[in-house]
Amino acid sequence: MISRKTKQRVAFTTFRLLGLAVVAILGWILGFIIYRGAGAINWEFLTTFPRKGMTDGGILPAIVGTLYLVLGSLAIAFPVGVMSGIYMREYLGDRWLARVIRVMTNNLGGIPSIVFGLFGMALFVRAFGFGDSILAGSCTLALLVLPLIIRSTEEALRAIPDDHRAGSRALGAGKLETILRVTLPVAMPNIITGLILSVGRVSGETAPILFTAVAYSMPKLPSGILDQVMALPYHLYVIATSGTDIAGARPKAYGTALVLVIIVLAVNLLATATRACIGKKTKRD
Amino acid sequence: MIETKEAGILTAIETKDAGKPTAIETKTAGKQTMIETKNVNFYYADFRALKEVTIRVEARAVTALIGPSGCGKSTFLRLFNRMNDLIDGTRLTGECLIDGEDIYHKSVDVDALRKRVGMVFQKPNPFPKSIFENVAYGLRVNGARDRSFIAARVEESLRAAALWVEVRDKLRASAFALSGGQQQRLCIARALAVSPSVLLMDEPASALDPISTAKIEELIDQLKRDYTIVIVTHNMQQAARVSDSTAFFMLGELVEFGSTKKIFADPDHDQTRRYVAGRFG
Repeated sequence: MISRKTKQRVAFTTFRLLGLAVVAILGWILGFIIYRGAGAINWEFLTTFPRKGMTDGGILPAIVGTLYLVLGSLAIAFPVGVMSGIYMREYLGDRWLARVIRVMTNNLGGIPSIVFGLFGMALFVRAFGFGDSILAGSCTLALLVLPLIIRSTEEALRAIPDDHRAGSRALGAGKLETILRVTLPVAMPNIITGLILSVGRVSGETAPILFTAVAYSMPKLPSGILDQVMALPYHLYVIATSGTDIAGARPKAYGTALVLVIIVLAVNLLATATRACIGKKTKRD
Repeated sequence: MIETKEAGILTAIETKDAGKPTAIETKTAGKQTMIETKNVNFYYADFRALKEVTIRVEARAVTALIGPSGCGKSTFLRLFNRMNDLIDGTRLTGECLIDGEDIYHKSVDVDALRKRVGMVFQKPNPFPKSIFENVAYGLRVNGARDRSFIAARVEESLRAAALWVEVRDKLRASAFALSGGQQQRLCIARALAVSPSVLLMDEPASALDPISTAKIEELIDQLKRDYTIVIVTHNMQQAARVSDSTAFFMLGELVEFGSTKKIFADPDHDQTRRYVAGRFG
């Protein structure tokens, strides 16, 4: 018979090791990318166009393209997602329509991203006539992250005790006033967490923009939302698989990967800081 | 003083028995009726939570609603600011008048009603805002913009809730930094800020320690000069201490309603006698 104490020790040790394993793997990936990619990064790499079949020069257009796509998709998905989440939680509650929408959005979240890419091509590129463009790519990416934002908004609102709503309504505030003045400000930090996750998701996706927005190579930066762009994940894919000199472009590939990781981390940090700041404000202000 | 009060209650009971209560009769006794219900039934879906409740609540006095858990006293309290409306599938029959106006009439603006009928909840529920903003909330919701007016009203309300001295140096601090009892007084100040005529209190001291409870009770005693207060309480001593009239509910029925003195000393119904003596419930 194994004593309860031993069992507990074994269990905790297992959990701890598994937890550390996750951190170790993440650290390994990051370390590897930094080790191989750091050498490639310099001012020129960040601020110039690729040259000589992508074995030389920089990745400026890909960085700019990814930023545009991230901003564009979130500009669409954030308001739509937050408003849908509010509607579902505050207006529908648990009625059948809310359940239907919830099941649908969850299914939407489970669709492979390449399918979004094809759908985006059919709808935005062709039917709406946006062409391969920042707009079409942003719309497609927005569809991809919409479930995430709706979900996190709904959860954030659900976490707010009904006491707050009742207190506000009892003072004669209407439903919308209560949402705008009490519920939403309190929920905002958690909604922003959803936004953080979306940024990570959007900036790393290749499939949805493959047929809707990206170009193999661009001679100049995009001048409007109907222009094609380069993007970091796709650029990485291109130089790792289909250049004229794949081995020669390898350092550039690692450099590109590192830049992508840094951008995602930076945006996450920024969003976390914003979140902490808002959280503090609603508590102290 | 006590005599006139007794006389008022007697009149109310007599007119009730006569079956034809009129406002004039109660007014002659020196007390005005603020809230009145006539044969009110209330349903949560198929469950009948209130049965044929007819009552008259005096203005500028404290009326306590007592009874065992689930007897409908909180439901009854929430009729008066229509908070029950927020629950799906509820239904009311009968009449519910405040200041002579049928508050369930189609033309009633519920948000406007809630400004006239303030509410304090069982658990202190300040907003995650500053002390100042908590009290200013109702004013802002009402469209108040003038800073000096809001500031003056906030101070006035905090003074009326006996909280001003404790918080005047930290109005910008979070309401959550206050103790439970202070939070509850803040919620009272918040309710007073919009100048209601009726104040509903749903077990306002049940989550508080004895000292905070004493402060709330003292406050209720002061507030009844200006407000009509209806309070739900589980605490017999509290009902006896703070209220002028007491209504005893059981299983959705109003068993007995009369002066607190009478309800506690010499009730007409045996059920009431057993309940106030603490023998059941």
